[in-house]
Amino acid sequence: MPHDGHDHDDHSELSPIALRVRALESLLVEKGYVDPAALDVLIDTYETKIGPRNGAKVVARAWTDPAYAKWLKEDATAAIESLGYTGRQGEHMVALFNTPEIHNMVVCTLCSCYPWPVLGLPPVWYKSPPYRSRAVIDPRGVLAEFGVTLPETTKVSVWDSTAEIRYLVIPMRPANTEGLSEDELAGLVNRDSMIGTRLAGKVA
Amino acid sequence: MNGVHDLGGMMGFGPIAAPAVEPVFHEKWEGRMAALVMAVPGDWSIDEDRAACESMHPAKYLKTSYYEHWLHGLELLLKKHTPDSASAMRPADIWPALTARRSYVRDIETPAAFAVGQNVRVKVMHPAGHTRAPRYVRGHTGEVVRLHGAHVFPDSNALGRGENPQWLYTVRFTAKELWGRANDDTVMLDLWEPYLEPA
Amino acid sequence: MNGPQDMGGMMGFGPVKPEINEPVFHEDWERRVLGLTLAMDACGLWNIDILRHTRECFPAEIYWSVPYYDLRIEAHIKVMLARGLVTEAEILAGHMQVPPKPVKAVLKPEKVGPLLAKGSAYIRTAASLPLFKAGDSVRVRNLHTQGHIRLPGYLRGKTGEVVRYHKAHVFPDSNAHGAGENPQHLYTLRFKAREVFDADSDDDLQADLFEPYLEAP
Repeated sequence: MPHDGHDHDDHSELSPIALRVRALESLLVEKGYVDPAALDVLIDTYETKIGPRNGAKVVARAWTDPAYAKWLKEDATAAIESLGYTGRQGEHMVALFNTPEIHNMVVCTLCSCYPWPVLGLPPVWYKSPPYRSRAVIDPRGVLAEFGVTLPETTKVSVWDSTAEIRYLVIPMRPANTEGLSEDELAGLVNRDSMIGTRLAGKVA
Repeated sequence: MNGVHDLGGMMGFGPIAAPAVEPVFHEKWEGRMAALVMAVPGDWSIDEDRAACESMHPAKYLKTSYYEHWLHGLELLLKKHTPDSASAMRPADIWPALTARRSYVRDIETPAAFAVGQNVRVKVMHPAGHTRAPRYVRGHTGEVVRLHGAHVFPDSNALGRGENPQWLYTVRFTAKELWGRANDDTVMLDLWEPYLEPA
Repeated sequence: MNGPQDMGGMMGFGPVKPEINEPVFHEDWERRVLGLTLAMDACGLWNIDILRHTRECFPAEIYWSVPYYDLRIEAHIKVMLARGLVTEAEILAGHMQVPPKPVKAVLKPEKVGPLLAKGSAYIRTAASLPLFKAGDSVRVRNLHTQGHIRLPGYLRGKTGEVVRYHKAHVFPDSNAHGAGENPQHLYTLRFKAREVFDADSDDDLQADLFEPYLEAP
């Protein structure tokens, strides 16, 4: 440690990786490769504007509008774009509809492909070796860790995103939600249900 | 278990570092570790020991040295077993113990299912427990080149389910079959009968 | 490349640990990494496949243990070093020591929204007609490529059914090595978990596979 703890300069609490990233940022800005204001916009976009609320709106629309659900099945990229969600890491979308017979679940075993425009940035567990290694060989064991136990009569269908096709799971609409508005329904769509590791509903 | 120990065919580890002169132990603690594993009067089998070593987290397994794998294994075994201190090794026991003639050959009542010269396919299997069938041969076809008699079956023995002897074969695979290589190289493996089916 | 990225079916990594109410970023440097990597991608000097392959070439014990944003920034540093955009000494110092190299574009704040919204479509025109169609039974070739490949090892030698044809897409195996986009037909194949993993269920598995990975059974 360079300091004995008495006179902190503003680097003293940063980890080696945080210091390295800070030095790199200064360098890239100084060399003119990066506009620091663009960095702030990029970060703000994924921290506050693009996230799983987008996907939840797609799901709620599919639950309430059969014509939209049909469009989503046939051309998910266009149907999702019609709600304003498009672009990076969501260029070619496919929607997977869960039913009592089939439960879909998405993984990227080779890296961490994820539909950013509808779900935002992936959570740590989705990118982690335990999920990437086990989702394909032990999907029911993984589901159990999320508290989900499916009947044996429901087939688990795992999708390994190996190319630039991105998958959005449309979970089943929870029971007793007939009177709810589209917005209220969107509130029931948790992020993990759109990856396929949970069912729709509030997460405890 | 499709664990980190199953490295056959993996790429990216770089060249093989082979120093011209290498000490038996690189550090003093490695010698102590090796001695400990041999001296503890454990009632476990070599297969249970292997399975324990293989259960390490894959990144940790690769970051640590060989004798740390042994340490990890011994720690796990000591959580499950209580060695009998009355049978602890004394100095005079060492040489006879290390040079004693041991055998893994056992009697078996059923005849061998396969014969030398026969083609066999390795089953597509993914047991959560210990196995000595590497992933890279599963689903592939090879030729039986030798029958070794019935041997202790590691897949059972590692789980404490008895020796369950099974016929052991050396099976020869072509590099073309395993890796799509366009040459006549071959790879031989010793595989137990429960791993195999007729091709 | 049979590298550390090919972990489908591996065991020993322990349980999945979902974090309830997980924040988008856990530490501030992760935010900066996201911004820096996306902004540097906009310079137009590499592609997504080059980055993926760079990450896959890190030693397995690193790939399997360092946090996601750590691996990402280190891969970007590698491709920047390889193109002479920065030097190791500059990164250590945090200051410019050699003049900058030309880049194709510098991302401006007002261009971020349009850039992210546009993304980059991967569909291209192929030189030939597709060999397979939905409903066909197709076998995955036993490929052990040294370079970049998007074929998970667990599917080699397995037979599946084409469930969807996606037209021709940029071929990562070429694109990762600067050998051009070399578009190839892309299919979603369906496999039975019973055949792939000897599972005791009727569950199934899908993967998106390029035509050069496939052959008639």
